[in-house]
Amino acid sequence: MLTIHNLRTSFRINGRFHRAVDGISLTIHRNEVLAIVGESGCGKSALALSIMGLHPPDQTAVEGSIGFLGRDLLQLSTSELNQIRGKQLAMIFQDPMTALHPLWKVGRQIEEPMKYHTTLSTKQRKQRTLELLKRVGIQKYEHVYQQYPHELSGGMRQRILIAMALACDPVLLVADEPTTALDVTVQAQILELMKELQQQSQTGILLITHDLGVVAEMADRVAVMYAGEIVELAPVNELFHQPRHPYTQSLFHSLPSSIEKRQKLHVIEGVVPAIENLERTGCRFAARIPWITEENHDAEPVLQEIAPGHFVRCSCYRHFYLSDGKEEKDASAAAT
Amino acid sequence: MPLLQLRDVSVHYSKTGSFLKRRGAVIPVIDQLSLELRQGEIYGLVGESGCGKSTAARAIIGLNQLNAGQILFQGCDLSQLSRKARKQQMKEIQMIFQDPYSSLNPRKNVWNIIAEPLRNFERLSKADELAKVLELVQRVGLNEESVYQYPHQFSGGQRQRIGIARAMALQPQLVIADEPVSALDVSVQAQVLNFMKEIQEEFGLTMLFISHDLGVVQHICDRIGIMYKGRLVEEGTVEDIFERPKHLYTKRLLVAMPEMDPEKRQEKMKQRLQINKEFDELADTFFDSEGRSADLQQISDTHWARL
Repeated sequence: MLTIHNLRTSFRINGRFHRAVDGISLTIHRNEVLAIVGESGCGKSALALSIMGLHPPDQTAVEGSIGFLGRDLLQLSTSELNQIRGKQLAMIFQDPMTALHPLWKVGRQIEEPMKYHTTLSTKQRKQRTLELLKRVGIQKYEHVYQQYPHELSGGMRQRILIAMALACDPVLLVADEPTTALDVTVQAQILELMKELQQQSQTGILLITHDLGVVAEMADRVAVMYAGEIVELAPVNELFHQPRHPYTQSLFHSLPSSIEKRQKLHVIEGVVPAIENLERTGCRFAARIPWITEENHDAEPVLQEIAPGHFVRCSCYRHFYLSDGKEEKDASAAAT
Repeated sequence: MPLLQLRDVSVHYSKTGSFLKRRGAVIPVIDQLSLELRQGEIYGLVGESGCGKSTAARAIIGLNQLNAGQILFQGCDLSQLSRKARKQQMKEIQMIFQDPYSSLNPRKNVWNIIAEPLRNFERLSKADELAKVLELVQRVGLNEESVYQYPHQFSGGQRQRIGIARAMALQPQLVIADEPVSALDVSVQAQVLNFMKEIQEEFGLTMLFISHDLGVVQHICDRIGIMYKGRLVEEGTVEDIFERPKHLYTKRLLVAMPEMDPEKRQEKMKQRLQINKEFDELADTFFDSEGRSADLQQISDTHWARL
């Protein structure tokens, strides 16, 4: 349904363009939840905004192609894009506190996309909005319809955002960290709601998150991003049971729940390189696992399929082992 | 004697009234909170946003006025002390803040940031001060040149270490860490957690660790208190809370933790539904009509819950 091919998004920093998303190719099928995981600065949000066409054009260059329902989103003009955005392609933003208009009542916010994209009358719009509010699990929907965002809790606002995104029955939903700003109990509710709605309406979801727990709960397939590239792509069960790429493995080992209490957590050496001084040849993770020697990395790492549907970049995973305690200590010293 | 004791502490915020009606309704943010921190332990205070956990921290360091109750530090009541004596006491309590981006002054270099508590309490010569700062900087794993750098030149994890160095400068007995790793990525979080644990063991620190992340709390804490609507609803060792939760709310929090095994998510979903149903049905027996929970009951030597 959505086919991204060799997408490169560059930002202008001090007059020069630097690629934050570097050659990403992905497909999302109907009725599928594809999760993109990575740490801050890996380019996952830049990818989401590229799909939505929300990057300021004078500061960014987006190249490659994003095929969506038979059209290339990157070739469309703004007005053509506007006919798709909010209708077939909708986005749920991270922060429900800032993504809503503070001076508009909830009802008006949800009705807005319908006003542009459908021919419904005012009355029909209101009716549909009330239905949507009911669908996202708001009990006093008639009351909430009349309220302003500041009167609602974070979880409620996130529900409103979801209702807004669903207003015109999108076929693809881009959710950028939809539950990061929420408490665990609310997060569980929202994830359940998204899962339920997705199953009802066969929507595809591109879920962007840094939280492996959210991935485990929601995703069908997972793409792990590091420094602008996908380093591993696999079905969710396979990724959680047999992570291959060194970065994925390290991530799992640095989770507090991954090991026995009182033991030290695994620390990934070094820091994510800033995009201005990112080495763009060879394995990008090599600098952070220096105990793996150079000959074990590929010169030109590409995604290889190692099992059906399971792709890993660079062959260094074959030689990878987690460094022991001593090296970890060195690692944290070197990290600074 | 416990190092820090909160006895029936209440903090109210009053809703600002209209122009004519100056005093609005009073909202209890912390409602008769009692807890004890023993020397050398890490106590985790867990709860959702708005449950009053940060207000509790602010009350301990004196940023919030108490409406009732006492806070005893090493046996003396902080609110009874004179200003001067209080200031001396406060030297022993330091805080690590949540957001390493806003808790460091962007115009000060690391030297000045870390030296600030020293300047407040100790009269050191410039050379002594620098020596002390360098020692701290090395202890938190930054290199020496970094004392002349500014906060924007560091990554999130490094900044949090600067915050930790600042808190450690006066060698306090008690450190209050308010969501110290929530703003950090997993791998950086691992770094900072390892490091906090190391420092705590080395100095025999007592730590009040405030967090909403149960995974982190399980990893680092010795004892845990679960807060809900300004009250402590359950308290116990990590094992008590995670293996034998008694209070409905604790169970609900635990079941809301994301399941790390994708194959078990259906199962988890069912559990969640069941607990939520239970929560709706039994809420009346756990909370009274005003939403306040019952009194704490002892379950074992270490385990308390409001049932």
